[in-house]
Amino acid sequence: MHRIETIKKMKKLNEDTFLIRIKSEAIASRAVAGQFVNIRCSEGMDAYLRRPISICAIDREDNTFDLVYQVRGKGTRLLCGFESGDQIDVLGPLGRGFTLNPEHQHIVVVGGGIGTFPLLQLLKDHPAKKKTAILGFRTKELVVLEDKFKKHSHELLMATDDGSYGQKGFVTTLLEQMLIKERPHMVYFCGPAIMMKRGVEIVSKYGIPCEVSMEQRMGCGVGACLVCACKTKKGEDWDYSHVCKDGPVFAGHEVVFEE
Amino acid sequence: MSLQKDLSVNVAGLKLKNPVIAASGAFGFGREYSEYFDLNRLGGIAVKGLTLLPRKGNPPPRIAETPAGILNSVGLQNPGVHAFIEKEIPFIRQFDTAIIANASGNTVEDYESMVEILSAADIDAIELNLSCPNVKEGCMSFGSTAQGVSQVVSRVKPRAKKPLIVKLTPNVTDIAEIAKAAEDAGADAVSLINTLLGMAIDAHTRKPILANVTGGLSGPAVKPIALRMVYQVSQAVKIPIIGMGGISNGIDAVEFLLAGASAVMIGTAGFVNPMAWVETVEGIEAYMEEQGVKNVTELIGGLMV
Repeated sequence: MHRIETIKKMKKLNEDTFLIRIKSEAIASRAVAGQFVNIRCSEGMDAYLRRPISICAIDREDNTFDLVYQVRGKGTRLLCGFESGDQIDVLGPLGRGFTLNPEHQHIVVVGGGIGTFPLLQLLKDHPAKKKTAILGFRTKELVVLEDKFKKHSHELLMATDDGSYGQKGFVTTLLEQMLIKERPHMVYFCGPAIMMKRGVEIVSKYGIPCEVSMEQRMGCGVGACLVCACKTKKGEDWDYSHVCKDGPVFAGHEVVFEE
Repeated sequence: MSLQKDLSVNVAGLKLKNPVIAASGAFGFGREYSEYFDLNRLGGIAVKGLTLLPRKGNPPPRIAETPAGILNSVGLQNPGVHAFIEKEIPFIRQFDTAIIANASGNTVEDYESMVEILSAADIDAIELNLSCPNVKEGCMSFGSTAQGVSQVVSRVKPRAKKPLIVKLTPNVTDIAEIAKAAEDAGADAVSLINTLLGMAIDAHTRKPILANVTGGLSGPAVKPIALRMVYQVSQAVKIPIIGMGGISNGIDAVEFLLAGASAVMIGTAGFVNPMAWVETVEGIEAYMEEQGVKNVTELIGGLMV
């Protein structure tokens, strides 16, 4: 869907992280956790391409969805110039979201940095009896949405690289410690490639299935231009799948992580 | 709108209901954008660049944003010509739009085989890709010299049973000379410009952004160069020209027609605005209405210098 929608809310969550709430019945009613939208940040020629941003939360009664993004460059900086009430050009919902299997009674979501955001709607939508969230950030100042994750999970473990909040170290270490004691039915990863690679290795040892949400520089966002390539297994060989259409969510064992 | 307008054009036997064609590499095989607009609205679709065997393409990142444009280095990822014929042609044929098969190869023999295979397929024209800047063999290495173009075109032309369009690279000293070589060797039409070889660097990591180091520049940034080249080629050859490079709307398209193009191709603009192709058709119509132009062909080469 290609639509011009209205911004309902702009909120600064910390120094460089923002929440943008967009009213769109078309997107809110169709979107599933793990999908993304491709946003036009400017009418101008500078940040020329759209910016793909994962959907963080969906309110299907209010017909809104939230994007949470960190200012990283020209496009996201321009996006901060929008105000509540402004019109915004949105393409979406796009891509393949997370798989929700009702037979999975215990699920774990593992997120790192901006990769934590798409996991929120997954927690909201998944019918599992027990939901654990393991979230990591570089440092305490970057921790956002903790209350929301707390609300939609049964167990929340926090980690920071520098130990300024929660446990010092990586989310994958917390995951590994957890798996010694219990066996969840499914693990979902979203974050830096190195974290997801390590995460997939860990859960594979225990024979637990997992999904990963991949990132790559994108063009069209709909699967036509083939730029956002992601190496995936194909029989004994491999091929390039595309993050925007075949993903962003892939089965963990499908992805060939680069060194 | 009151004026009775005719947007149809004939490019060396390739009949198009309007002069707007989706450019190769930007439109896949039409499936994705068919969810956004009615493909019947298009004059034609130049499909993703095809090769004899499937190709995986280059490692990512394959795209870098640049001012008013993008660099890409996809490297001809495609399912191969046979999968195209079997799976993709039946899909596109549901729509009333011309199918232009873009063909690449490593060797002259590859190009010969491609043209033979495609001549037997249900397509409307063949666009010979002598201009992809992102692969090591074939393509631009043939297309960057008059001799190379002449060699490939003269060898494939006797095998072509469909209009043969030769897609030219702008990465040459004199594109008019290359276009003339294509014409002399039997090309029915030329299309230009393919992307300009460029590069983007991340100063912070001190690394190139594209895994392939270099890539092809497209988008509004290249439009002035593309217009100049279409104009120069139109002065040098008699065969029709399909113009492209940075076209985003009807007025951009009219500029290319005035410079000498008989039809236009649009690629990159569609990534930003998925309605760019349709809006360009509507924009050309609006221009004709405003200017009292009944036949779009009146605009071709109509530049007043």
